[in-house]
Amino acid sequence: MNFKSIEEKIFKILMIGATLTVFAFVISIIYSIASKGWNALSWNLITRVGGYDLYAQWEGSGFLSAIVGSLYIVGASTLLGLLISIPVVFYLNVYLKKRSKMAYVARIAYDVLFGIPSIVYGAFGFTIMLYLGMRGSLISGIVVVTLLIIPIFIRSMDEVARQFPRDILEAAYSLGATRFETIFVVLRQIAPGIATASLLSIGRAIGDAASVMLTAGYTDHIPTSLTQPVGTLPMLVFNLYSQPSPEAQERGYSAALVLTLIVLTLSISGRFITNRFSKNKLQ
Amino acid sequence: MMDFRILKDRAANGMMFFLTLATLLLVVAMGVGLYLKASPILEDLSLGELLFSSKWLPGERKFGFLPFLMSTVWVTVFAVTMAVPIALLTAVYLTEYAKSGIRKYVFPALDILGGLPSIIYGIWGILLIIPWISTYLAPHFVETSTGYSLLAGGIVLGVMILPLLVSLFIEIFTSVPGELREASVSLGATKWQTTKSVVIRKTLPGIIAAVVLAVSRALGETIAVLMVCGSRIQVPKSVFDDCQPLPALIAAHYGEMVSVPLYDAALMFAALILFVVVLLFNIISRMILYRIEKTFF
Repeated sequence: MNFKSIEEKIFKILMIGATLTVFAFVISIIYSIASKGWNALSWNLITRVGGYDLYAQWEGSGFLSAIVGSLYIVGASTLLGLLISIPVVFYLNVYLKKRSKMAYVARIAYDVLFGIPSIVYGAFGFTIMLYLGMRGSLISGIVVVTLLIIPIFIRSMDEVARQFPRDILEAAYSLGATRFETIFVVLRQIAPGIATASLLSIGRAIGDAASVMLTAGYTDHIPTSLTQPVGTLPMLVFNLYSQPSPEAQERGYSAALVLTLIVLTLSISGRFITNRFSKNKLQ
Repeated sequence: MMDFRILKDRAANGMMFFLTLATLLLVVAMGVGLYLKASPILEDLSLGELLFSSKWLPGERKFGFLPFLMSTVWVTVFAVTMAVPIALLTAVYLTEYAKSGIRKYVFPALDILGGLPSIIYGIWGILLIIPWISTYLAPHFVETSTGYSLLAGGIVLGVMILPLLVSLFIEIFTSVPGELREASVSLGATKWQTTKSVVIRKTLPGIIAAVVLAVSRALGETIAVLMVCGSRIQVPKSVFDDCQPLPALIAAHYGEMVSVPLYDAALMFAALILFVVVLLFNIISRMILYRIEKTFF
């Protein structure tokens, strides 16, 4: 056998090895979290308020406040993010020309914003809060997470919107529509893009701990107003794991399992939507 | 009189322009905000002192960032060295070799890996990587190790940036036109030779850009690193030493910073360093990637 076919064989084996390594990482992460977290997990734990207070009765503490806290932050910031980013995507793709300088700069800027670490968003939010004399609260958590996910929203919807055939716009114009009036045509066309973008953003928002940690405070109660602090699932995991008692850590693993399950569901449904709707897309 | 519909169109134009501009100005606002907050420490201490001193004693107004900077650099270097070869091989396999049936299984796995929150990686590191280091690996090299180390941080970070790298590489490789490959194969080259001297050579700037992007992602990772890197503040001398990268510094100490003078400025300075470095890395690599997109389409 000559050198080049030996080389070919070796690299093919290496490549398959690398791909299997990726699988191994996924399985090892999910398996280790699931096997550790399953023991302490119970329906009771999920549906009860309170979380990490070492001296409170363990019987009365659970994940509910963190789950609701996560829902509040994720729900509100996703909604706000959509409201802000849909007009921006529409503007970039319909109002601006295809080769517009502003669109070019804007796309780079959103990519850059996407790359900025969440801890920097958190620190930025923290400085604003100090300036305003605010303490960690639901509202500041929501604002920071909204800022964090806007670039994801814009860039992933924009990817879809860029594929959008311009002929459809021209058809609308020729019927006398203004640019603004084409918005519903465009929205209908990029709907699957909006869905995947939302799932991506929700995934990022629900798992983010660094920015929320700096801006939302922490509590084991369900907040009743926007100015109260709030706890989220990743923060609950972090706090439980930081406790010295093995029982608390055990619960931390269970909380991690709950979080993993939520994120897995999101990512699988994201894939499903992409596959499902990209088949009958206009190209 | 102007038509109401045209008026509405104009109003929408203005509003959308404003929203776009406002979101773009976020970059500027962040830079300015962090700079203003960090400026007290820049007035008090010279930049050289901040960046190259290893004395970190907030109570005595000594803020040397060297331990954190070196920790950041080493953890990142470690993570990238581990992840790039795996990602490169996987991406080549998926774009050049694998049938679509295999891709159907690998892509969801990459999705999952990319979607898992930082905290889950941290827990995984604690459950698996740290015991492995402290009981199996470290005893061969050092006397005692808790396992919480630069090595653990590097491994966890490496796995975290893997999906980003693979998806960027795949995007870059698929942008190479098929004719180039066919030309190479028709001259008698094997698949790997084609990959090596056509695909990879043609996309080298893109590969570098992708790696830079992954580096900037690794630089900012906070929670996982905070959990597995240990807590002692020092310039790490071996891979089994504790280390504390910049994001971990901010996350671990933001609670104390209000009570100690200049401490808040120091932590904001850490955030500012991260911001500036990540900003530069991102701008450079995105410009390269955009150019590649243009040359092939």
